[in-house]
Amino acid sequence: MKSWPLAFLIPLFVLSAQDSGLTVPYEMFRLNNGLTVILHEDHTVPRVAVNMWYHVGSGHEKPGRTGFAHLFEHIMFEGSANVPEGMFDVWLEAAGGDNNGSTTTDRTNYYENLPSNALELALFLESDRMGYLLDAMSPAKVDGQRDVVKNERRQRYENQPYGMVWIVMARSLYPENHPYSWPTIGSMEDLSAASYEDVVEFFKKYYVPNNASLVVAGDIDPKTTRALVEKWFNEIPRGKPTEPLDPPATFLASEKRLLMEDRVQLPRLTMAWLTPPAYHPGDAEMDLAAHILAGGKNSRLYKRLVYDMQIAQDVSAFQWSAALASSFWIVATAREGHTLAEIEAVIQEEIDKLKTEQPATRELQRAVNQFEAGFLDGLETSSRKADQLNAYYVRTGNPDYFNEDLARYKAVAPPDIRAMIQTYLRDEARVVLSIVPTGKKELAAAKSTEIKP
Amino acid sequence: MRKKLTLAIITSFVLGSPATGQVPDRSSPPALAAPRPLQLPAIQRFRLSNGLPVVFMEKRGVPIIQVNLMIKTGSAMDPPNQNGLASLTAAMLDEGAGALSALELADAIDFLGARISTGAGAHTSSVALHTPVSKLAEALALMADIAVRPRFAVEELERLRKERLTLLLQWHDQPSTIASITFSRKLFGPRHPYGIPSIGNEQSLRAMKVADLKRFHETYYHPNNAALIVVGEIGRRELEKQLEAVFGSWKGRTTATVNWPDAAQVEQRTVYIVDKPGAAQSEIRMGRIGVARTTKDYFPLVVMNTMLGGSFTSRLNQNLRETHGYSYGAGSFFDMRPLPGPFMASSAVHTAVTDSALAEFFKEFKGILKPIPEDEFEKAKNYLALGYADNFESVGQIAGMLADMILYGLPDDYFNTYVKNVLAVKKEDVERVAREYIVPGKMLVVVVGDKAVVERGIRNLNLGRVEVLSVEDVLGKKPKL
Repeated sequence: MKSWPLAFLIPLFVLSAQDSGLTVPYEMFRLNNGLTVILHEDHTVPRVAVNMWYHVGSGHEKPGRTGFAHLFEHIMFEGSANVPEGMFDVWLEAAGGDNNGSTTTDRTNYYENLPSNALELALFLESDRMGYLLDAMSPAKVDGQRDVVKNERRQRYENQPYGMVWIVMARSLYPENHPYSWPTIGSMEDLSAASYEDVVEFFKKYYVPNNASLVVAGDIDPKTTRALVEKWFNEIPRGKPTEPLDPPATFLASEKRLLMEDRVQLPRLTMAWLTPPAYHPGDAEMDLAAHILAGGKNSRLYKRLVYDMQIAQDVSAFQWSAALASSFWIVATAREGHTLAEIEAVIQEEIDKLKTEQPATRELQRAVNQFEAGFLDGLETSSRKADQLNAYYVRTGNPDYFNEDLARYKAVAPPDIRAMIQTYLRDEARVVLSIVPTGKKELAAAKSTEIKP
Repeated sequence: MRKKLTLAIITSFVLGSPATGQVPDRSSPPALAAPRPLQLPAIQRFRLSNGLPVVFMEKRGVPIIQVNLMIKTGSAMDPPNQNGLASLTAAMLDEGAGALSALELADAIDFLGARISTGAGAHTSSVALHTPVSKLAEALALMADIAVRPRFAVEELERLRKERLTLLLQWHDQPSTIASITFSRKLFGPRHPYGIPSIGNEQSLRAMKVADLKRFHETYYHPNNAALIVVGEIGRRELEKQLEAVFGSWKGRTTATVNWPDAAQVEQRTVYIVDKPGAAQSEIRMGRIGVARTTKDYFPLVVMNTMLGGSFTSRLNQNLRETHGYSYGAGSFFDMRPLPGPFMASSAVHTAVTDSALAEFFKEFKGILKPIPEDEFEKAKNYLALGYADNFESVGQIAGMLADMILYGLPDDYFNTYVKNVLAVKKEDVERVAREYIVPGKMLVVVVGDKAVVERGIRNLNLGRVEVLSVEDVLGKKPKL
């Protein structure tokens, strides 16, 4: 990297002039190879966010290869035909950029945040690994990242208190072979089994332009940017269409009550139910229900368990929204001297109460107001906007779905909360998992069956 | 779901792009134009009628605003045997204030869609408000109550005491927390403010009374010991009016000063193994006392650390993660504070390779003392200089940058000259500060892991004295409620 002309600095900071409405103007087009491209201008700082979604996640893995989508995400950083191993990061850092990726059940994203003058570098790198990854692939690279991912699993799950909860809950909530029934991080056995051939097959099937969408947001000129995107991506051939997942129906035929020991000081209760997919009717209601139950000091569960009774150290509730089926979670950690049976009894009372009496108008409005303010925060950085534009495009077809999304929350009335809780938080269709300190099974919720991680 | 949406997607598209016929040259990365400079709105300074200084940056774009009240007091001002007092005082500020109880206050803030958080670090305490601009007046009134008129109700204190004692108990589960606490304690000692967890210990927490909190608040929370930092979509005049209305009548002066004991630098390499039987990974912390933020070596140090362990392509991360696959990540940093803070390198590594990982750390510490390749040096400088604008996108980020400016007395043109200062760093200065501050033979090493597996290998490295500790040696006995 050569030195660059700082002497020419002149004050030319121009503040972006968005109106106060929730809108993120964009331009969208599709290349002949099927790549969807979305552009958004924001000149607040001389930076640009490049955000690529491949519409493949751990839900697309095949049996015996859990964790593969995420392992593959790692391999995408190890170089391609024209990017020697290690140079992906070196070139980006030398240009003042950062990058990363993440994998969920539904999608894998990759992003670069870099100075706007370096936009073309990011497009070169992203297009090279989309078009020419396999030219530089080797079994040794797969092995290297296999070790890194195993360490990621140790760091995030195995060496974390309560870290195995997510893994256990996934297989308990969903029927066998459902795409969400295994964890995104995968099992150690499957990570060991992943082969070079798996990498080749996965890449050819899913990492094709017609299975991806690209957002470029920030300090850009849309016309120039479009030409650059076309320059670097047009030559990549379209792949075969990918087939949508055809998962088995999700349902819980009965309540599952489980118990697991862990090396922890305090017992923790996790309850989960299956709920409507992201953006479907009921999804926003359950988001708000989570706030009413455990968002802030005045929320029902926090106030009773943590504030008034002081028998829990913490309680949280959230709607985990996903494409095929969402889940609703309540998690609470008991204080010393208290059992999960006591905690569960209070949670049960509060859920039952919301099934019979709708929440107060102010209580619901308080939750809606917090969501509304959260939308504003999402507009502050180009990187967050870029990922949200991509998410909205993929799930709704409309990248600028901000206002519509907020409208979902504003439209909810108190009786809707009651109705959705009645429908979805049923006692006979849930998983109740007690994590207890090793040797203290008496602290678990009643009638729980012991399992191993 | 997908099928139903397809139609809508297609109709909203500008139809297929024409092929340009251009074939890109992939033989080398594209040449880049000169970067556009970061130019921030001016930093504006003014005072309220009571003398409270305000540092303000007007930022348009999103109708939100960040208002941080910074009080120049923190856990470093905790009286002897009252460790955790600054932290508990700050935590109690929003547990009832002015005319509102803890619950009423939380309801009022949440209803506005605002967030107010309070907390204390080693040298500063803060009340931070993040709110939609449309709710600023109401939110500011609540914020002022929290900062100036906290109730310190005894029943709320008892509740937070239980919460904090339970937190101390939960630390016993957390290898990374145990590692960091051990490192700080062994590096700075049990009497230095940087050697003590800011929330205190069981004895000090049990002894704290409402009167202690009130006294601490009355001693330090005064306009002449504070500053307001404001970033957001508001004009100067309107802001002045709103701040004056709620903070203008705040009176009082701080005269208290505190002296801290000096911490002794590490003169002998020592390894502490904290036993965590069955741990899947070893949490590693290593380093020595570094340097204060006001050092004249700031820029060479930041560049040097970027190469050593401050970025993804840094030597430590490349070695431990990419080359050896020992870890999910490794890094290092200089925690520069008003007093010399730690230089610390860290990683979590697979238990079976703990000794090999330690050896690689030392290989890199020794390596950074040798002449530095030109391209690596340029990459690090550009990464810092060109990446700097990333700190100025959100109001919260900018407020944080301004807080550092105030705390360390940085000049008003600091942000606009940062890039120039980084690029002006000379290679010989980077090599000099490496030799001065990275002293591989005089470091502390902390490993929290399964002693039965890791001890022998660590001893065989002959790094120096090895001491084995239990978790309770570090954290104390598990508190009972």
